[in-house]
Amino acid sequence: MTSRFVMKGMIGFYIFLFFLYLFGPLAVMSVTAFNTPAYPQAIPFESFTLEWFVKLWNHRAMMEGLRNSFIIGLGVVALSVPVGLAAAIIMNQIYHRARGMFYLVTVSPVLTPGVIIGISTVIFWKDVLGATEFTKEYFYKGIILSIFGQSSFVAAYCLLIIMARLQRFDRAQEEAALDLGATNPQVFWHILLPFLKPALISAAVIAFLTSFENYNTTTFAILADKTLVTVLAGEVRQGTTPALSALAVIIIGISLAGAIIYEVMKRREEQAAARLSERARIAERSEIVPAPV
Amino acid sequence: MSSRFLVFVIPLVVILVFWLMAKREQGQSHDPTRKGFFERNGTVLGLVFIGLVAFWTLFLVVLPYLYMAVESFHPKLVPAKRGGPEDVLTIAQYKSFFVEPSSGDWNTTHLWAFGYTIVISIIITALNFAISYPLAYYMAQAGTLQKVRLLMLALIVPYWVNEILRAFSLRLLLASKGLINQALMGIGITDGPIDFLGNNTGLFVGLSYAYLLIMVFPLYNAIESLDKNQIEAARDLGAPWWKIHRDVVIPYAKPGIASGCTMVFMLSAGSLAAPQFLGGPRTLWFTSIVYDFFFQAFNWPRGAAYAFILLAACIAFVMLMLRLFKVSLGETIR
Repeated sequence: MTSRFVMKGMIGFYIFLFFLYLFGPLAVMSVTAFNTPAYPQAIPFESFTLEWFVKLWNHRAMMEGLRNSFIIGLGVVALSVPVGLAAAIIMNQIYHRARGMFYLVTVSPVLTPGVIIGISTVIFWKDVLGATEFTKEYFYKGIILSIFGQSSFVAAYCLLIIMARLQRFDRAQEEAALDLGATNPQVFWHILLPFLKPALISAAVIAFLTSFENYNTTTFAILADKTLVTVLAGEVRQGTTPALSALAVIIIGISLAGAIIYEVMKRREEQAAARLSERARIAERSEIVPAPV
Repeated sequence: MSSRFLVFVIPLVVILVFWLMAKREQGQSHDPTRKGFFERNGTVLGLVFIGLVAFWTLFLVVLPYLYMAVESFHPKLVPAKRGGPEDVLTIAQYKSFFVEPSSGDWNTTHLWAFGYTIVISIIITALNFAISYPLAYYMAQAGTLQKVRLLMLALIVPYWVNEILRAFSLRLLLASKGLINQALMGIGITDGPIDFLGNNTGLFVGLSYAYLLIMVFPLYNAIESLDKNQIEAARDLGAPWWKIHRDVVIPYAKPGIASGCTMVFMLSAGSLAAPQFLGGPRTLWFTSIVYDFFFQAFNWPRGAAYAFILLAACIAFVMLMLRLFKVSLGETIR
């Protein structure tokens, strides 16, 4: 029994170390956001201040970057989720000999370093959009190129998420609807899409978050514009200021809130499902055992 | 200019070949229940699907890659001379990786940086596997549902703090005025600050830290579906713990291991943030060299050639992993 006890203690200690490694740096950084010295330090803690949050709010480049990040994020969602959906549907129906090739092409951006995706996007679109004065003037923009570059791999993530759910779709539902006289578009809008809704939502969330925090691809594709992350990178390169810590505190706070809300929603859903199955079991039992006459 | 036009022709030829093959096969089989693509999806939706997927696969994936490949076989020219008589195909950019064109000597700096990047990335991958495996195993097999949920929640939050800020947080710890040096000097282990960033410790820790969770999640997913009874059976038959892992858990988790290792290797070999913000002044990471060709030397063809060399290394690593673990690409990427 003692060896079991020792084992348990060791596992506990290991998990403690793992999370210390994971959270330690973030915790120290968070403390520096509330400390007064201009060089971000946690110890000694001189006095509490919110000055760095004010500095952050007044940082014009960062606010402009934040706006661009939002636009790019929404653009990536608008492009990647429909593309992922279409690719998942085509993956099921494509000519079987071409499927391997199609799969390879669609997942290759996931396995390519983001730097290379960024570089190839810029090299390609510079020549394509630079071909005419009009497209060069109106479309050769950092925001558009970033949406293109990020979508190339984000769409692959969306495809994988949507495909996983599509594999559980029962084709009999589609057949039934067609037999009852539904048209093909009706089947798509009223049966397939509602079935895929959870996957579409999580694909959209992941697409937005991935786009928002991307650095490697964006730093090339953004050209002369800026996003929040590229502004951050510039700031970190120049030096260190507690305003960056303040930004991190805000991001950690938002992700924490998001994670907790997600957990609560999931728990509610499970409880509702449990209640439903309980009710079904009672109903079933009353059918099997005939009521006393 | 002709070689650049060829880029647009190649994918079309491939599609045409597959289309003709499909047509021929359709003609040979007489299956009346078989429905065409547009019959199954409706004309409008079918066209939208094809349009979206064609735009993605052609304009966002295949054509940029091919175009970059072609660019890397061209000399560096001012915009006005592109497409002129000097714009010929050449392997000079690839040659410059091995032999420095200005002096004619071996290009030791870049060759060394490349080797260094690959070796360190492999070490980081192995290290992260070693760190992540026990946690993934615990979460997937040993922990109670409540605990696992809490751990999962704790893993997701730092995952969404972006790479730059995570590198920044490590820099605050490892800088000469940072907390770790404060502590070391406070205890009296060292008299002066240790230059963690200059001696590349910062780089290694930064890479490991940034991609730790990329390893945990696929491992967890793979081990989670392993039937607990298999482990119980092995234990009942008297297998020691390390044998259970070697012969039961790890063989089962192969796709997850391959997936985690591939992603961590690819991300650290292609990392920009860690070497830029946690490396010392003498740190030479391969992506930093590529970055400088674009933003300082403005030598796009050479940058493209170097990017292609990096891509080749990544593809080689993926193939090696698939071969080593005997899994298919479809099992790895899910």
